[in-house]
Amino acid sequence: MNELPQQLVNGLLLGSMYGLVAIGYTMVYGIVQLINFAHGEIFMVGGFGALTIYLYVLPDGTNIWVALPLMLIGGIIVAVLVAVGAERFAYRPLRTAPRLAPLITAIGLSLALQQAVWAWYPDARSAITFPQIHGGPFEIGSVTIQTGDVFLLVAAPISMAILAYFVMKTRTGRGMQATAQDPDTAKLMGINTDRIIVVAFALGATFAAIGAVAYGLKYGEVQFRMGFILGLKAFTAAVLGGIGNIYGAMLGGVVLGVAEALSTAYISEIPGMEQFGSQSWANVWAFVLLILVLLFRPQGLLGERVADRA
Amino acid sequence: MRQRSLIAITAALAAGALTLTACGSRDEDGGSSNGGGGITVTIGVDAPLTGDLSALGLGIKNSVDLAAKTANKEKYVEGVTFKIEALDDQAQPSAGQQNATKFVADKEVLGVVGPLNSSVAESMQKVFDDAKLVEVSPANTNPALTQGPDWQTSKARTYKSYFRTATTDAIQGPFAAQYVYNDAKKKKVFVIDDKKTYGAGLAATFSAEFEKLGGEIVGTEHIDPETKDFSAVATKVKSSGADVVYYGGEYPQAGPLSKQIKAAGAKIPLVGGDGIYSADFIKLAGASGTGDLATSVGAPVEDLPSAKEFVANYEAAGYKEAYEAYGGYSYDSAWAIIEAVKSVVEGNDGKLPDDARAKVTEAMQGVSFDGVTGKVSFDEFGDATNKQLTVYSVENGAWNAAKSGTYTG
Repeated sequence: MNELPQQLVNGLLLGSMYGLVAIGYTMVYGIVQLINFAHGEIFMVGGFGALTIYLYVLPDGTNIWVALPLMLIGGIIVAVLVAVGAERFAYRPLRTAPRLAPLITAIGLSLALQQAVWAWYPDARSAITFPQIHGGPFEIGSVTIQTGDVFLLVAAPISMAILAYFVMKTRTGRGMQATAQDPDTAKLMGINTDRIIVVAFALGATFAAIGAVAYGLKYGEVQFRMGFILGLKAFTAAVLGGIGNIYGAMLGGVVLGVAEALSTAYISEIPGMEQFGSQSWANVWAFVLLILVLLFRPQGLLGERVADRA
Repeated sequence: MRQRSLIAITAALAAGALTLTACGSRDEDGGSSNGGGGITVTIGVDAPLTGDLSALGLGIKNSVDLAAKTANKEKYVEGVTFKIEALDDQAQPSAGQQNATKFVADKEVLGVVGPLNSSVAESMQKVFDDAKLVEVSPANTNPALTQGPDWQTSKARTYKSYFRTATTDAIQGPFAAQYVYNDAKKKKVFVIDDKKTYGAGLAATFSAEFEKLGGEIVGTEHIDPETKDFSAVATKVKSSGADVVYYGGEYPQAGPLSKQIKAAGAKIPLVGGDGIYSADFIKLAGASGTGDLATSVGAPVEDLPSAKEFVANYEAAGYKEAYEAYGGYSYDSAWAIIEAVKSVVEGNDGKLPDDARAKVTEAMQGVSFDGVTGKVSFDEFGDATNKQLTVYSVENGAWNAAKSGTYTG
């Protein structure tokens, strides 16, 4: 059996999830030059928000097709509240501080959020099962697509399209572009930059929550640590694609996901490389790829080379 | 002004994070009552009480607690009150080592039950051995822990204070291989492990026996236990044409792995060791996990007449968590410590000698009693003399014993 098409699909699915989370990193960085390391945990609380709706709000045995939109909304609300709260209380007071300060705050916040879910969410000390969409997998030629993955395949491009429309066509979106280019001048032009920054955090959180629901459907579980590694990968995807560029985030995610799938599948078949090809090496190859891209294209795949801001 | 608010916020967050951690650890302290007067002996418990493996860890903690309570109620050792102190190792060797140091520093601790993970045990053995503090693991199965790093060629005991009530992977891996090849009639296996001490060791002993029997290994993989996405591996399993998968590792990865392999279209069973023998495996593997197999140490606890009382007492004690795979072994481990303490105290006019730890460790070698899991005693390496194993299969959402026996090389 030729497994290449299946491996490409595996990578595409994994990458789409990285991409959804990477959007949050890239938008926040693009506007306030802050690497929001707590974004992985915003993704995680989004997953728990969605789960809470299913477990504690909806009556038992609610049809998944009824539950799913409500769970999405619940996840998004929780993630957005946490993200906006973090912006207001953890990052805004530090906006003029040296760049290292908000970075450290972000790491602290990330730990605090993990521990909060661990300590206070019922049964969250080990994995909690997430509701599943029933129905068999879809077979297209030699490729199998799981029912749970269909959500991801549909949600990722739709999210991107809505985001692109929002940033390019709406007033707020153009305000975001202006703030990203030069916050001081944008302010002088009458743009409420504080509001724009809040919108950037909220949008990032929205996509992270969509990603978290996709994660729950794909793997059938959520746990308090799910945001840590995935957040790091999404950040890597954002850098790979060119941090600050929303299309870059999605592209970076997909490239990273495909690289992981292909390295697992094929590196061990190269003579002399047998011991470097297993899945436990996938992260290594993902980072080798990142280093190579940054060596030859420091701005990332879709990033623009910009002069340092004065 | 800016600087001050920065400091304030960082401090607030740090304090917040620490408080939360503290909240979590508060309820991990032992639950036994500390009344009765006389001598108090603490039995330490080291296990993962939080995180992915906490289901197994909490089962260990509760079972040790039950043993201590039972000994107190029966006044099993005259003048001695047992209490437990449980520390969380989060399945991390570094945390295990810190816990070991803490136990050594507490003079009341005369024995420790744990840990769950072989890799954690590796980091604790020397600390305990230097202090002559006895450690009895209910769950470690890596042969090197008792028989030295070269156990395949020349066996040599490295640490005199380390004992275990579980059988080793040198027996468990081959036992699984014989079942898979002879009873389940599977000839082509895909072997996966998580590169950890336990998982890799188990996969290696399985593979050696499976090939010796005439089976074929059609592929091998090592997975990263930090991730949940095994789709690429599942696709490799499918295209390899294997009719069974052997996984050396633990249930947090084994569950999703089993599920993703079946989802990829390879409708073949996943077989693992005692590390996947948990109700959580079934939860994570989902409906498609039916038919998956696990070997575990000993006979099924529920079937042993000696265990009926344990199961009844455990239920009566009202623990929130199940005793899981190692409950019986944990109870027996704790009871072995209690027996050793009893013989030391009784041999010393009802008092603890000055070198109580060394004496207890010495007494452990000669301990022999009928425990929950059968006869409990230790050979010259500190291994359990009871070498029974059982194969379990997932049916109707529960583990069912398929075959019990003793491996004979």
